[in-house]
Amino acid sequence: MTQAQWEIILLASLTAMACSLPGVFLVLRRMTLLSDAISHTVLLGIVAAFFLTGSLTSPWLIIGAASMGVFTVVLVEGIQKSTLVREDAAIGLVFPALFSLAVLLISLFGKNVHLDLDSVLLGKIALAPLPGRRLEIANLDLGPKSTWIMGSILLANLVFILCFYKELKVTTFDPAFAKAIGFLPGLTHLGLVVLVSITSVAAFDAVGSILVVALMSAPAAAAYLLTDRLARMLLLAPLLGMASAVAGYGLARVLDASISGAMATAAGGVFLLAFLFAPRRGLISQWQEGKFRRARLRLSMLAVHLFQHQETPLQEVECREDTLFEHLLWSPGLTRRVVEHSLQQGLVEREKNFLQLTRQGRKLAMEVLQPGQAVFSPGSE
Amino acid sequence: MPETPAHNAVDVSDLTVSYREKPVLWDIDLEIPQGILVGIVGPNGAGKTTLIQTILGLITPLAGSARLLGQSPKKALKQVAYVPQRGTVDWDFPATALDVALMGTYGRLGWFRRPGAKERNEANEALERVGMTSFAHRQIRQLSGGQQQRVFLARALAQKAKLYLMDEPFQGIDATTEAALVELLRDLRNRGATALVVHHDLQSVKEYFDWVVLLNIRKIAAGPVEEVYTEANLKAAFGARVPLGK
Repeated sequence: MTQAQWEIILLASLTAMACSLPGVFLVLRRMTLLSDAISHTVLLGIVAAFFLTGSLTSPWLIIGAASMGVFTVVLVEGIQKSTLVREDAAIGLVFPALFSLAVLLISLFGKNVHLDLDSVLLGKIALAPLPGRRLEIANLDLGPKSTWIMGSILLANLVFILCFYKELKVTTFDPAFAKAIGFLPGLTHLGLVVLVSITSVAAFDAVGSILVVALMSAPAAAAYLLTDRLARMLLLAPLLGMASAVAGYGLARVLDASISGAMATAAGGVFLLAFLFAPRRGLISQWQEGKFRRARLRLSMLAVHLFQHQETPLQEVECREDTLFEHLLWSPGLTRRVVEHSLQQGLVEREKNFLQLTRQGRKLAMEVLQPGQAVFSPGSE
Repeated sequence: MPETPAHNAVDVSDLTVSYREKPVLWDIDLEIPQGILVGIVGPNGAGKTTLIQTILGLITPLAGSARLLGQSPKKALKQVAYVPQRGTVDWDFPATALDVALMGTYGRLGWFRRPGAKERNEANEALERVGMTSFAHRQIRQLSGGQQQRVFLARALAQKAKLYLMDEPFQGIDATTEAALVELLRDLRNRGATALVVHHDLQSVKEYFDWVVLLNIRKIAAGPVEEVYTEANLKAAFGARVPLGK
């Protein structure tokens, strides 16, 4: 591969890691929809800052974007607090309003600026290694500017999360408690919003807003399914983000398609894999566990049925193997399978056409009927 | 014997709280001495949770003020433990029982400082006191309702407070946990601590608490259970719907 290709992969990986770190807290705070909105409305902040300063590289752009991010959240929460509109609708109202205003302003006054709309959505990562977009100090080529910007953002996110790990953890888990012990949930919330806004601006200049949204939510959501610890989630999410970036780049080359589009697709793919195959919480493992529980339930149902009718006048009718299915409302096939399973487990014994509980089976039935009690005593037989 | 404390556990005067223009607490006065267990009782919507949260300083009152242990709520922060309703947090959060108990030490640590071995020991001790040692490394999602409540209590114990404010700790827990919780409350009281507990089960008030506060937007009565927990007061608090049936 060429140097330019490596540079693109490095830039994409840094962006993915920078986005997925705050993404972890967005997922845990159920704020991903809000980050969607922020990553678009920051455009209005950039446009406003651009019209005020006339420059596309001034630090005012970052400040404008961060303020617009905060403004978005303030607006959403304000509308929500009116109790006339719910949170999802409030986000759905604010986001297009501010974003479309930005689009309108660009199309009206920004025709000669390379603030074009395609690059807003899809970014221009493929152009990052080109001359003119590189950082050069004293004729020394230090690589694409975007790489340095994203690297700094990643570092800033890391430092923020490391410094405020405890505060972020407790304010996310239990804001009321956090406030009661002297922390300021509002401040960490604000800090997170500013972080998301700045990361969005920097990242969408590099990779476009679609990929920003994907990288903020998908790797964190996948990590959430894969681990039970916050610290591991914060480690796993950037790794998964990086994997999405690398896989996405490969996909884009194979398909000769948009790099950002392919990376967003790969991020979705990574999430899908976790969704399906995550141990314990993935779809497949849930399904297997359900299957195991259903089998267990059927064994218990059979045991209880036999237990209730054993040694009663109806025993002849109720405990016959060939008519059992009528009483349990099971299909004959299922009944046969459950009986075989029970025989294997040593819960029942077969005597001609009749089924009888073993000691083991009786114990199971009694445990089901009277949970929590030590019911089985050897003398009771 | 703990020496007689110089201050009341809680002093509330003229406290009025409203959500928007709807008052939820009207002009509450309360003086609760230290070293007792206090049940806060009243019908749904009586303002029990609001009272606790205002005392803690989580809600700004419209009028009036609260003092805890003779200090403003802000100054008393480190001596007050809060157990919110179990349903108010997301139990799917990626944390273990030990992680949650450890949060009880965060208040002492303040900003920036990280919990170390000392804090971990304190959290483990707190878990031991609620009988959750063997679940310390269990993810909180995998705990039963009673066990989750115990973890919340462990977190409060790790705060090593003098005053405990608990919101419905008996809600939705098994009989064993209820007994353990009562035991724990008595132990706290014997060490000189005070607990204000929002409580729902009117039958057990006399058995569990020394004092009772009967609340229904206004204070109906507050004082020692024998004096205050009367049919007349209950009727005044609950109207015709006294669930006690006596």
